[in-house]
Amino acid sequence: MGSFILRRIIYVIPALIAVSLISFLVIAVPPGDFVDRLAEEAAKKGDIMPLAEIEAMRRAYGLDQPLLVQYWSWITGVVLRGDFGYSFGWNLPVKEVIWPRLGLTVVLSLASLLFVWVVAIPIGIYSAVRRYSVGDYIFTFLGFLGLAVPNFLLALALMYVAFAWFGQDVGGLFSPEYIEAPWGWGKFTDLMAHLWLPMVVLGTSGTASVIRVIRANLIDELHKPYVTAARAKGKGEFALLMKYPVRHAMNPFVSGQNDIFVDIVSGGTIVAIVMGLQTTGPLLIKALMEQDMYMAASFILMLSVLVVVGTLLSDLLLAWLDPRIRYQQG
Amino acid sequence: MENLVEIRGLRITFAGAVDVVQGLDLDIPAGKTLCLVGESGCGKSVTAKSILQVIDHPGRVSGGSINLRQTDGSVLDIAKTKPTSPLMRQVRGGDIAMIHQEPMSFLSPLYTIGNQISEALMLHRKISEKDARAEGIKMLEEVGMPDPARRYDSYTFQLSGGQRQRAMIAMALINKPRLLIADEPTTALDVTTQANILDLLGELQRETGMGVLFITHDLGVVAEIADEVAVMYLGKIVERAPVRELLENPKHPYTKGLLASMPRLDGDFKAPLKAIPGMVPPPALRPAGCSFHPRCEWARKDMCGHVAVLETDLGANHMVACHAYGPQAHKFSRVSKVVDVGAPVAVAKKAVGKPLLSVRNLHKHFAIRAGFFQRQVGAVRAVNDISLDVFPGETLGLVGESGCGKSTLGQTLVGLHRADSGEVQFADIDVRAAKGAEAKQLRTDIRMVFQDPTGSLNPRMRVRDIIGEVLQVNGNHSAAEIEEKVQGLLARVGLSPDYAERYPHAFSGGQRQRIAIARALASDPKLVIADEAVSALDVSVQTQIINMMKELQAELGLTYVFVSHDLGVIANISDRVAVMYAGRIVELGETDQIFRNPRHPYTEALLAAIPGRGARKTGARIRLTGHVPDAAKPLAGCAFADRCRYVTDACRVNVPELRGEGNHLDACLRSEELKLRSVSQTEALVSA
Repeated sequence: MGSFILRRIIYVIPALIAVSLISFLVIAVPPGDFVDRLAEEAAKKGDIMPLAEIEAMRRAYGLDQPLLVQYWSWITGVVLRGDFGYSFGWNLPVKEVIWPRLGLTVVLSLASLLFVWVVAIPIGIYSAVRRYSVGDYIFTFLGFLGLAVPNFLLALALMYVAFAWFGQDVGGLFSPEYIEAPWGWGKFTDLMAHLWLPMVVLGTSGTASVIRVIRANLIDELHKPYVTAARAKGKGEFALLMKYPVRHAMNPFVSGQNDIFVDIVSGGTIVAIVMGLQTTGPLLIKALMEQDMYMAASFILMLSVLVVVGTLLSDLLLAWLDPRIRYQQG
Repeated sequence: MENLVEIRGLRITFAGAVDVVQGLDLDIPAGKTLCLVGESGCGKSVTAKSILQVIDHPGRVSGGSINLRQTDGSVLDIAKTKPTSPLMRQVRGGDIAMIHQEPMSFLSPLYTIGNQISEALMLHRKISEKDARAEGIKMLEEVGMPDPARRYDSYTFQLSGGQRQRAMIAMALINKPRLLIADEPTTALDVTTQANILDLLGELQRETGMGVLFITHDLGVVAEIADEVAVMYLGKIVERAPVRELLENPKHPYTKGLLASMPRLDGDFKAPLKAIPGMVPPPALRPAGCSFHPRCEWARKDMCGHVAVLETDLGANHMVACHAYGPQAHKFSRVSKVVDVGAPVAVAKKAVGKPLLSVRNLHKHFAIRAGFFQRQVGAVRAVNDISLDVFPGETLGLVGESGCGKSTLGQTLVGLHRADSGEVQFADIDVRAAKGAEAKQLRTDIRMVFQDPTGSLNPRMRVRDIIGEVLQVNGNHSAAEIEEKVQGLLARVGLSPDYAERYPHAFSGGQRQRIAIARALASDPKLVIADEAVSALDVSVQTQIINMMKELQAELGLTYVFVSHDLGVIANISDRVAVMYAGRIVELGETDQIFRNPRHPYTEALLAAIPGRGARKTGARIRLTGHVPDAAKPLAGCAFADRCRYVTDACRVNVPELRGEGNHLDACLRSEELKLRSVSQTEALVSA
């Protein structure tokens, strides 16, 4: 097991190097850079920047260096000093913009994932065991509805309902008075009060797909020989269901969780814009449009790291759950 | 004598309308072993499951009674008890326990075997986990699990097939049930392991005095373990008698047919086998009258096809359900046809002339990778220095336990694996160096038939394309030529030519294997390698296929390499036999020499393990313990030394070479001094 974990962690390193290189190149390779954008903006105002000034700005920001040199100085800064570079757009070090946003993104994503599990697992088990019952059809219908309705539409509808019928303050993750406030109990409860709406919106499609996955896996397992064997031992139906088929059906479910997590993290952008959430999505869009390269590359890097770490975690969880993986690959 | 369970008029219905079992009567005596015999599809397993009320959806017991005599003398009708009721749960695993065919799929791989064994105990007795563990380990010891305290915490995939079956037996017996239902518990095991498990079940039955309902399709196993036998056909008992009576004096034509289709190891091995024609029809198409009449050679049109059969008591506990013994018995002559000896059966061919296939010092190793960088840390020597010749027109049988390398050898010869070193010469072609036209010729001259006819036929292709593919790929044949060839081949393997349009799923297992054989023959090959080609088939179908392969060989002059773990089949079809162990050939000779005069202790042990050899005295038995050594470990001396009863110190040092006079070779250092037992010296019990 130890060797298995260690090997898995070591496999992560080349993945991270590749991810960082690609996220930087994706931003830097397209023609034009931040200085071009500045010059364009200035030109629109009738203020033509002299070429010398443009060149001087490029030198100042290090944009005249070869790409690989730029990448190297950026990535060494990230790894050695935790310095993600400087955001041209915000005129602030990237890390000061990024960390609070990233924290909220992770909290929201994990909350959504939790929501998915709490709702989808019992429903999935119910649907599999009572296949083709009225309840199964209802949940199946609701599930497909959840899959089909676009997130942002659901967001708009829920916001309207919450505002018009319950008079709740919607939009954003905090009430206005807490946005700039330091962390404290008040701010925490305020966050919780706002979190449920985006959590439900982001979790809905995941819930629908997890229900289908669990239902399908479990139906395959319900008639496996080991179930008959356990029944022939005299085990009660519910205890049997939980110990054998459900446990077996968990494996494909666990390995699928990372995909859902990625969906939630990256799929949240439009919802975040619609709902005015202070997560990473809207910021990334802005950085990409402005060709704020360090900002954008850092965001993509961080999100990719989240995905790689998520994969690692779900692999480790799977190894913990399934002795076949533990003993045969270790 | 008291009956533990009395089944009367049992009906089991599937999916609303189809009766799989229809009016079954069966008494299970206490303290004895009752064998339930029949081909697959006869309803044996589902009957067994009905006793525990664990039939899978959509099947259910729809009529009749299953009366279980309780310890206090009262009677419980299981058929009327709710499957999920606490009462039923108490019966399951407590009074009646069950073991199954495939311990790998009937035990969960996610929990240790100890967990699953103790669970059975804790469901029926209030006991602490610690005590349950101690009991579980004790039980594992009783079923002969080596190192039980450590194995208790093992997972199924860490155990060998025999150990898994022992774990499942421990799980079933831990509550000391009064009835054990064993559903083909040894079918998936090697013949040597099977012998050990049968011994174990016999011992446990004698010690505990429990009743055993043992389901099997193998009459050799029946001879080994049964006190009484019930033969089942399409959901009904057609004959029932004490074991000796049934095997020596069978009455029902179905029982006679089953016995006649078994490969024999007494008398002439090669005597052509008599197959029961046709196959078990699906329950939805159960014939009227006597359901066996379409396959019966005694059947009379005027009654068997429409008059229902009644049971006839022949005295001495012998019961038969056949019109030929009923009130109208005088109308039947009851004469069975003798097998047509004039059929084109190849006379034993001598290994003469120039070999068709010549193998010298062949090696095939599989790398074992481990550690961080998946470096090669060792090799499994699946084929280890093998030399042999195959002569034109003969059948060479390759036999051995699973893991001995026989399949790898077959696959390497046909080119599915690339050999690591050695020479393979086919006709005039150096197989390992062949390129271009030569390689193409090899692909059409050497063909293979696989074990699993379901997995080896592409379900998305029509039969015509499956058979004709090799012609489309190799050489230029017109569509019309291929069509003609396919039609001819289908007729040749006994299938209707208009089957060419169909897809494989439309066929039964035996028919699929016929298609697979037609595919192998499509390119007019010289050599056919059959890898366990009949192992997955029912005995009567197996016999049909063996007979067909022999006929094809005689007609087309084919050469076969026949890989099988079944010694009866090998004896029947082979001219020469190579016995393999741990990647090597340990004995090679003509079939008679191998079976009548074995020279290697491993061959002797294999022969002794064949069930139904009659040696019921434990002292007279030769049993192999353990299993084929890990082919990854370097060998010192003879690979068989650890399991050999004749082992000396020299055996652990010197590697025996395959040597001998004439054409009977062996690889045993002591073969000259040893006097080994053969099949002819043991009592041959099965005689139809």
